Amino acid sequence: MSMAIISSAFAAEGEQATHETVGAGEAHHEGGFPPFQTENFAPQIFWLVVIFGLLYALMSRIALPRVGGIIENRGAKIASDLGAAREMQSKAQAAAAANDENLRRRREEAQAIGRDAQHKIAAETAKQRTIAESQAAEKIRAADERIASAKAKALANVEQIAEEAAAAIVEKLTGAKVDMSTISENHATSSTAKETLNAF
Amino acid sequence: MNPEEAAAKPNPIEQFELHRLWPFEINGIETSFTNASLFMLLAALGVVALMILATSKKAIVPGRVQAMAEMLYEFVAGMVRQTAGTEGMKFFPFVFTLFSFILIANLIGLVPYTYSVTSQIVVTFAFAAVVISLVVCYGLYRHGFGFLNLFVPHGVPLPVLVVLVPIEIISFLSRPVSLSVRLFANILAGHITLAVFGGFVMMLLGAGVWAALAPVPLLAIVALYALELLVACLQAFVFAVLTCVYLNDAIHPGH
Repeated sequence: MSMAIISSAFAAEGEQATHETVGAGEAHHEGGFPPFQTENFAPQIFWLVVIFGLLYALMSRIALPRVGGIIENRGAKIASDLGAAREMQSKAQAAAAANDENLRRRREEAQAIGRDAQHKIAAETAKQRTIAESQAAEKIRAADERIASAKAKALANVEQIAEEAAAAIVEKLTGAKVDMSTISENHATSSTAKETLNAF
Repeated sequence: MNPEEAAAKPNPIEQFELHRLWPFEINGIETSFTNASLFMLLAALGVVALMILATSKKAIVPGRVQAMAEMLYEFVAGMVRQTAGTEGMKFFPFVFTLFSFILIANLIGLVPYTYSVTSQIVVTFAFAAVVISLVVCYGLYRHGFGFLNLFVPHGVPLPVLVVLVPIEIISFLSRPVSLSVRLFANILAGHITLAVFGGFVMMLLGAGVWAALAPVPLLAIVALYALELLVACLQAFVFAVLTCVYLNDAIHPGH
């Protein structure tokens, strides 16, 4: 009812428009305003029903379940990926802690080994040193002894030479043969001679 | 205005005319394939391209068009869930098809030389009729006569009800009219306005010195076009939201 009124009003306006637009208005003469031309209703409704019906079928059967599935899959994938990532992270943290612990233990071991080696080396050097020192002391003592004996031997030789020289001097001066034993006795008692020899 | 100029004036109504591209009839009812049918088909194909072709890869990381399809899906799903509740989700495919079809049809209609499917009252009224009959049928199926509680607000004293119930009934009956006329009138008025301003440009260009003023209505067309893009999306949205609100009434008739 109201539509009919609007329609006729528009038709009247369309009529007016055709009067104004002399040339271009010819197309309207039969029906007036196109959206209200009743002969246009049936074909539009027919095709609307066909096309919209097909579109509804395609959307409800194919498109919407598919898109809904995509979104759901993505949600599930993100959730599972996040879970996996969280698990990996805790694993990595545990591994890092284990590694730290291992490192600490190894360092302690290394320090202990170093300490041991140091002690061993110190003991070894001390032993070697005492051996070397005692050997050296032995050698020094032997050398000292050799020197002393050589000195004594040399002294003994000097006394004999001096006694023979004294005998020879006495013979030359007196012409008498002097017994060697008396000279050696004299010599032993003569302090001056001893001092002279010591001065050598 | 002299007659030559009047003759050159473009007709803003011409764009709504129906051309029968493939005339035929079934049982005496004319079912010709018209330019309107062609653009209905294009709009439907656009929706199919977006929702079916672009999602055929089912990519976990979506491409641009698939992301758009998903956004549209989630937008409509959110709208239905918010306005009609979880139970309303059984109408989600219907609301989605309605919204996407009207949206794409409106947007295609904004391309010059195309046809605006929704500028036809018969089309928008057909949509509104489907929505309202769905509401009534589902309401009666789900609640029986309890559906009539829709017209009886809770906690209102009897004397007020005497006035209120007729108002509720009238408001319910006016729903299909307001639903269809809102969409139809918005699209129609927008396209007429664009065509009229286009006509101004033509007329000014043909009016000697006044041609210097021709860019003014042209700029107005640019601004109006932006507005029409908004209207195209907004009216599709409003239609879908109101559909959800009415369906919510069918699901939960008590106020």
